[in-house]
Amino acid sequence: MRYALPGCNRRSTMIIDTDAPGHSAGEAFRQYEFNGSYDEMFRSMDLPRKQYRPLYTQLLSLGSDDLRRSKQEADQSFFNQGITFTVYGSDKGTERIFPHDLLPRIITAAEWETIEKGLTQRITALNLFLKDVYHDAKIIEDGVVPAKIVYTCKHYRREMRGIKVPRDVYVTVVGTDLIRTPDGKFVVLEDNLRVPSGVSYMLTSRRVMKHIFPALFRRCRVRPIEHYGQVLLSALKSLAPEGRTEPTVVLLTPGSYNSAYFEHTYLARQMGIELVEGRDLLVHDNIVYMRTTFGLQRIDVIYRRIDDDYLDPLVFEGASALGAVGLFNAYRAGNVAFANALGTGVADDKAIYAYVPKIIKYYLNEDPILENVETLLMSDAAQRDHVCQRLDQYVVKAVGESGGYGMLIGPHSTEQQRSDFRARIIAEPRNYIAQPTIHLSTAPCFVDGTIEPRHVDLRPYVVYGENITIVPGGLTRVALRKGSLVVNSSQGGGSKDTWVLQN
Amino acid sequence: MLSRVADSLYWMSRYFERADNASRVVEATYGLILNPAKFSTEERWFQAVSALVRGSGATDVDPQHALFLLVAEPEGVFSITKCIGGARENARQVREEISSEMWEHLNKLYHEVNGAELRPDDDAGAMRVVNVVREGAYRFHGITDTTINHGEGWHFIQLGKYIERACNLSILLDSYFSVEKSADDLDWVGLLSSCSAFEAYCKVCTAELKPERIADFILLQPEFPYSVRYALDRMHHALTSISNRSLSRRTGKIERLIGRLRSAVTYVQIGEVIRGDLHTYLAAIIEQCRDLHAAVHEVYIEYPIEVAFES
Repeated sequence: MRYALPGCNRRSTMIIDTDAPGHSAGEAFRQYEFNGSYDEMFRSMDLPRKQYRPLYTQLLSLGSDDLRRSKQEADQSFFNQGITFTVYGSDKGTERIFPHDLLPRIITAAEWETIEKGLTQRITALNLFLKDVYHDAKIIEDGVVPAKIVYTCKHYRREMRGIKVPRDVYVTVVGTDLIRTPDGKFVVLEDNLRVPSGVSYMLTSRRVMKHIFPALFRRCRVRPIEHYGQVLLSALKSLAPEGRTEPTVVLLTPGSYNSAYFEHTYLARQMGIELVEGRDLLVHDNIVYMRTTFGLQRIDVIYRRIDDDYLDPLVFEGASALGAVGLFNAYRAGNVAFANALGTGVADDKAIYAYVPKIIKYYLNEDPILENVETLLMSDAAQRDHVCQRLDQYVVKAVGESGGYGMLIGPHSTEQQRSDFRARIIAEPRNYIAQPTIHLSTAPCFVDGTIEPRHVDLRPYVVYGENITIVPGGLTRVALRKGSLVVNSSQGGGSKDTWVLQN
Repeated sequence: MLSRVADSLYWMSRYFERADNASRVVEATYGLILNPAKFSTEERWFQAVSALVRGSGATDVDPQHALFLLVAEPEGVFSITKCIGGARENARQVREEISSEMWEHLNKLYHEVNGAELRPDDDAGAMRVVNVVREGAYRFHGITDTTINHGEGWHFIQLGKYIERACNLSILLDSYFSVEKSADDLDWVGLLSSCSAFEAYCKVCTAELKPERIADFILLQPEFPYSVRYALDRMHHALTSISNRSLSRRTGKIERLIGRLRSAVTYVQIGEVIRGDLHTYLAAIIEQCRDLHAAVHEVYIEYPIEVAFES
């Protein structure tokens, strides 16, 4: 196999000999078009980036039939393992497999180092911010973040004022969404500090990919992620109330009808902890128990995959049957720990997001390593007017939403949608922010028998235990529809395995 | 083990056994109907429906639709498809507790049975479903026994299976013996095959079909899996294993109930039972199984909180 290496002047007459004659570069990548976004694989056509070269070679030597077979094999494997998510609102076949793309997304050791440092810095600062906001609120007193923005936040929880959380860790699990701008830099698009999901797809898709591309794995030297379960379990254990040396940790799920139920069962199994529902729990004298056939068993740490509002009908949503009566009092008494703590949503509010660079500077006296996307607050009159006149150029988001709901993508919107959003913004300015439309980077995907570029983002999972750990990898989400910029699984997105390379 | 999980495993298993039982009864009944005999088609179906659909007066059974009612009636709580659905739904709640092989098999069976989309007059289609369930049941029992740890969860599965079986066999015996006088050899073959017992019976008692011997075999035979006594013995074993683990408290009532049930089939001869009132005898077994179910529920699943704090 012979390659003309990038940088040498024979580029225009690049020769590619492959092991399987008959497949030329033209065939595998015939449909590959560039649209001005940063492309993860290619500097330009015929010039793959260094980290992608083994994959590139492999793709040239495989016909689309081989790829199709591999794809089928992968899908079958997901299906058999029951790696599905529930689609709300459809009656039949409510369980679907998570759309998965065959080709890995590859990140170099150097790129990862920046991401790792940047996220560690960001999460440290946001955790300090949460502690501050729920105690002395110095950051507000010092005028760095306006009181109005904090206290009008939908996810601010007054009940958390003055409560000491174990080891001052508010956010045990974080899934931060990063995107790559056209100049190749990673920037933060969104922080998810409440109940981020998707990590089971990261773990299971790795297993499937190892099976499908074993040789490529060896050649690329991909860093492992399989220890995520151990990392998470030890972080959860570190929250146990004092004196509980053999703490009982459980995962609290809303139940089998929840869209992420597969993930809940998967993580519980990976950590060897009990998967409980609200109806299994009861609180007596501010101690939380689960009902077992042995009798009642005390619980020390709850990894809850239920939103704040549904945890305790005495304190929050009164009609909720998902949580248990009295949980919050047990929490306040320090007899049980929640991961994540309650009220963390105030720090991933999209209006607070605009202040994160200042928050980092305030608590750590450092410049942010990972930048934000430029964000305009609609509560600010001048910025609002500016955006409302140019809605076709902006992405508008509701501040408290996630999952791609409550969002307007200006360039892809109709006049009707824009005037609709304009009215909503003017009615509730605090509830909206706007960001310029950013072209997420593209990565090669195997779609309908050919390889085409699709937009991707990256969600690494940060675990805050004794210290902050980020398993090298994450969920690369793909907007599978051509040209689409929305990667959320609820909106037709899929995922890719993410390979972080060894130095 | 979480009480909710134990409860789901128990019900998964009961529903599955119920579907399995129904498929055998329907198959045997269908076989009988194809032969000309004293009993009319209506009477046959009436017998099957009253053995399977509990609590129904069953008098208004339309013979044209009886097969559909038992196999695929979407509204019928006791139809085979409904029972498979019930088993799957319970399994879905505890997917992390059962093996993936069990889940995959049950899931596949569910889709196969539900995908059939039967019309009410499609007898052949209905019988295909029956066959799929019967075959599927043998496989499910095998997978369950070989792919999970035989710990507490497995014992709850066993308990569910055998308590359902003990009740079903008692009801079935009662329904055949209530018309004993007019029954002929073919009917007794029907009863035996409803319990997968024909060949086993022949091995033990030869092919001579005597009602008393048949009752003895299905009721008191300790070594045949589809006999009441066998089922009660297995229940006893499961209950003892569970209570040994739970170091519990208050299992006295359960021990008393299962002990009494077992002695009713162990220290008795079939002659006494038949000469006495078989119907009352069988009804007592069913009643005591119900009490036992309630006691298990009270001790392991929905125990009052005050009791839990006493210990």
